[in-house]
Amino acid sequence: MDKQDVGNEGGEEKKPFSIWDLPDVPMGKLPPHLELQRTRVVCNPDAPIHTENIMYSGAYASMGVDNSLRLDHFRDNFRVEVKRLNKEDMEFDMIGIDAAIANAFRRILIAELPTMAIEKVLIANNTSVIQDEVLAHRLGLIPLNVDARLFEYLSANDQPNEKNTIVFKLHVRCKRGDPRMTVYSKELKWLPKGSEFIQESDNPNAKPVTYTSFSSSQDSMPEFSNNPISPTEDNIIIAKLGPGQEIELEAHAVKGIGKTHAKWSPVATAWYRMLPEVVLLEDIEDGDAKELKKICPVNVFDIEDFGNGKKKATVARPRQCTLCRECIREAKWEKHVALRRVKDHFIFTIESTGALPPEMLFTEAVKILEDKCERVISELS
Amino acid sequence: MSCCLVPGSSMAAEHGTLADPTSSTFSLIDEDHTLANSVRFTLNQDPRVSFCGYSIPHPSDAKVNIRVQTTGDPAREVMQDACQDLMLICQHVRSTFDEAVADFKMSQPMETMEIK
Repeated sequence: MDKQDVGNEGGEEKKPFSIWDLPDVPMGKLPPHLELQRTRVVCNPDAPIHTENIMYSGAYASMGVDNSLRLDHFRDNFRVEVKRLNKEDMEFDMIGIDAAIANAFRRILIAELPTMAIEKVLIANNTSVIQDEVLAHRLGLIPLNVDARLFEYLSANDQPNEKNTIVFKLHVRCKRGDPRMTVYSKELKWLPKGSEFIQESDNPNAKPVTYTSFSSSQDSMPEFSNNPISPTEDNIIIAKLGPGQEIELEAHAVKGIGKTHAKWSPVATAWYRMLPEVVLLEDIEDGDAKELKKICPVNVFDIEDFGNGKKKATVARPRQCTLCRECIREAKWEKHVALRRVKDHFIFTIESTGALPPEMLFTEAVKILEDKCERVISELS
Repeated sequence: MSCCLVPGSSMAAEHGTLADPTSSTFSLIDEDHTLANSVRFTLNQDPRVSFCGYSIPHPSDAKVNIRVQTTGDPAREVMQDACQDLMLICQHVRSTFDEAVADFKMSQPMETMEIK
């Protein structure tokens, strides 16, 4: 018989049994095994477990733990640590935030931040082997070093003007007798005054009209006067020309977002991963330590000398861990090594295509999420 | 069940009954998982919410439905508060991030800095 069931033995009034009275109940805190489930993904040899995030505010109400959103708590715990930052890419740690929001930032970076990209190509002559539509597609994918915040969207019934269109000219010819030549993105010449192609007209006396209606030259804008617009890279191959072949075209770049077409995505990629956590559950010594160090393909473990002839395995570089699970594949290691991921620690990487520096892209992405919230609030009130 | 487009709005509609303001579905046009999943997170963390969830009825429609059921407060207010919370989170993320980037740039040795 269970000891706790014999409560009314002596006839005197006893407090009913409550789990709260047990001495090992941590008040206001979750018991360790639940805390582990809440904060870590545990990677077992067969599959990861506890992958879901406990969002519901009352999830731990029965244990006296509040799981609701406390902004002050968030403010105290949220941290950003920049690990690497240069013109093209950055890596930073975002600590103390939910995957839902980290993922929103990632999605916005890829699909909803506007950039400029070539959308219309007017081809006057193309005798190269590359077809017009393939050439146009290749031109579209060339990243341009221009801040899209200075431009407006070109909507269906707008005239292309200096505020919504950037015009480039490409005119290359391979002379007869010359060897084959390669056309690079540096051959794209910016036309700050707009299109130079004249629209065909039935009336021979009509004033010649080009394909754009610029009212002023773009290079008179302070942003571009000493910073001409060009592709971000000079040596992107556009086409190859044989002797006697020629390409003459005009490319019109407009503002757009990655959701419409990937060419407008300002990032090459933006991704995050959760911080790996490698825990040695027991001391691993000498021969075993050497074996463990050797098993790991990314060299997470190190061996440390503890004097008195003892050598122990230590986790030296947990960030390197790719969670390949090689170290827990054999049953004997499973008891010694635990692989986990920290659910609220994101290693975020942004690779910019060059239009804007990566730190600016992230700030803009967060602003877009703010705008979305603001719109919903104002639309519902 | 009645549907009332929020006056003067082209983007959000609230579907619910006038008799029971504590449960409503909000239809947001031109939104997707980006906003819906984040709002679901802040809604779920609000103790006034008894149920919430979202769905995208058809992948070809640029539309998301967010269902909110509360323990007594009007669903619309709770929804607005959730968006407000999300906005405050974003603002804090932005300021913390900017600070971290500025600190990082300061700590970099001079030769790797870009001179503009």
